[in-house]
Amino acid sequence: MLKDYDITIGLEVHAQLDTETKIFCSCSTEFGAEPNTHTCPVCLGMPGVLPVLNKQAVEYAIKAGLALNCEITDFSKFDRKNYFYPDLPKAYQISQFDLPLCEEGYIDVMTDEESVRIGINRIHMEEDAGKLIHAQGGESLVDYNRGGTPLIEIVTEPDITSPIQATAYLKKLKNILEYLEVSDCNMAEGSLRCDANISLKPKGQSELGVKTELKNMNSFKAIEKALTYEIKRQRKLLKEGGKVVQETRTWDDEVEKTFSMRSKEEAHDYRYFPEPDLVPLEVDEAWLQEIKEEIPELPKARRERFVNELGLPEYDAEVLTDSKSIADFFEAVLEEYDDPKTVSNWMMGDMLRLLNEEELEIEEIKIEPVELAQMLKLMDDGTISSKIAKTVFEEMFNTGKKPETIVEEKGLKQISDSSELEGIIEEVLAENQSAVEDYQAGNENVIGFLVGQTMQATQGKANPQLVNEILRKKLAD
Amino acid sequence: MKVMKIDETMVEKVAMLSRLELSSSEKEQMTEQLNDILEYADELNELETEDIEPTAHALPIKNVFREDKVGESLARKDALKNAPQKEAGSFKVPQIIETDE
Ligand SMILES: [Zn+2]
Repeated sequence: MLKDYDITIGLEVHAQLDTETKIFCSCSTEFGAEPNTHTCPVCLGMPGVLPVLNKQAVEYAIKAGLALNCEITDFSKFDRKNYFYPDLPKAYQISQFDLPLCEEGYIDVMTDEESVRIGINRIHMEEDAGKLIHAQGGESLVDYNRGGTPLIEIVTEPDITSPIQATAYLKKLKNILEYLEVSDCNMAEGSLRCDANISLKPKGQSELGVKTELKNMNSFKAIEKALTYEIKRQRKLLKEGGKVVQETRTWDDEVEKTFSMRSKEEAHDYRYFPEPDLVPLEVDEAWLQEIKEEIPELPKARRERFVNELGLPEYDAEVLTDSKSIADFFEAVLEEYDDPKTVSNWMMGDMLRLLNEEELEIEEIKIEPVELAQMLKLMDDGTISSKIAKTVFEEMFNTGKKPETIVEEKGLKQISDSSELEGIIEEVLAENQSAVEDYQAGNENVIGFLVGQTMQATQGKANPQLVNEILRKKLAD
Repeated sequence: MKVMKIDETMVEKVAMLSRLELSSSEKEQMTEQLNDILEYADELNELETEDIEPTAHALPIKNVFREDKVGESLARKDALKNAPQKEAGSFKVPQIIETDE
């Protein structure tokens, strides 16, 4: 939030649809194949070929539209967007111009206890371009494997007013697409990409300011940083009486700045016209109904189920359903260990903390859900104390070893043998005479201190309940 | 609706967008021919179309789909066969620079 200017942000997200084949031909969409091994006359743009629309891609796009509260248009078509670039073999991209498949949706986003509705202007289908690798000697190598991969472009209204809101929207959008299983949303592999339009206007002015378009942000962090940088840059310009130039700027993650992408070409003139090789797309009520029935439980419904059926607090349910993978992990643990709140505590506490510290995603975790359940059972049956459990958990996180193995190897078994504990406690008492006197003088609070000392003497392995019992008995003597 | 007359500036622009290099005599020829084409198409404007639904396609068909099944792709050497330049299994092109000057 700025005191002097209003911020206006709109986002364009490209999500690759998780189909087996490309949008208009039967080439595989597999990621990471050898360059130019997944191409054919259609996706290479050879003369005389006919594109044929992938039905699955359409259904995925409709699914996304429905889950994002859009109207699905009953009649849409494809258009050619013409421009020259080496990653585009036909010199046009098949896209949708004036009749996109989905319109007028929204996502409700929470930031700082405040719920904001971000409008979605449209979702249209299009084909991805190939990949350019810049080689030495002023030349580029082109790999057309990615060319023709189905994409949906999701365009928001200019409803976003801060970088934090922008990332909150993106996280929510990613979460929904993941739940739908229509896109794997892997930002590092480029299956989810985001461009941002941003402008500032003096507070109170109704007319929007001049916007810049930001590209090349490859993570949520980068998006937030790029927007924050651009707000600063534009504000400084405006305050000094300068003007923002309408242009595309690229984000450089290394120096954390945006740079003008002044192309030597004239402004783009895409000369859209209807794609004559593809027939119109009509979605009738019956088809729409079929697709509706395939939509799985979405984050909101899952969150409500976690609260109503599993008895989790709202906050826990929110955090756990924030990512489909985390919620799936959680439910997999529950299958082996039926105490939702305990599982939630461990996942929201130690697990998310460690993931955060190591900057890992849940998909990369070395712990299997069943192993977390096993560890909790070891706590329940007294094999390990809750304190030791934390150590075991960290070790599981770091090494991927089974909890039993760690307890065995590190000798972390809880000491529940009273005769062994009695000896240790005698020593603790002998070393802490003044505490013993305090207790006997009526200050029962020192018992906590003495339990702590005993736990320390056993490196946390003593059974705290038993320690408590023995201490009380001995102090009463 | 009156057809916008195409002048040489517009021909130059369209040629640039299409990456075509035209000699001055070609430009002259194109200007003339494009105007002829538009004039011909303009005859359609004489028809009364007030009550006619817009058409998106010349054929009265819709919803032609493929199933999402992987088929055969080209062998790489065939895919690259027409490439004037190639390297490391890729098409080689002049680099397009789009950053700061
Ligand atoms: Zn192909």
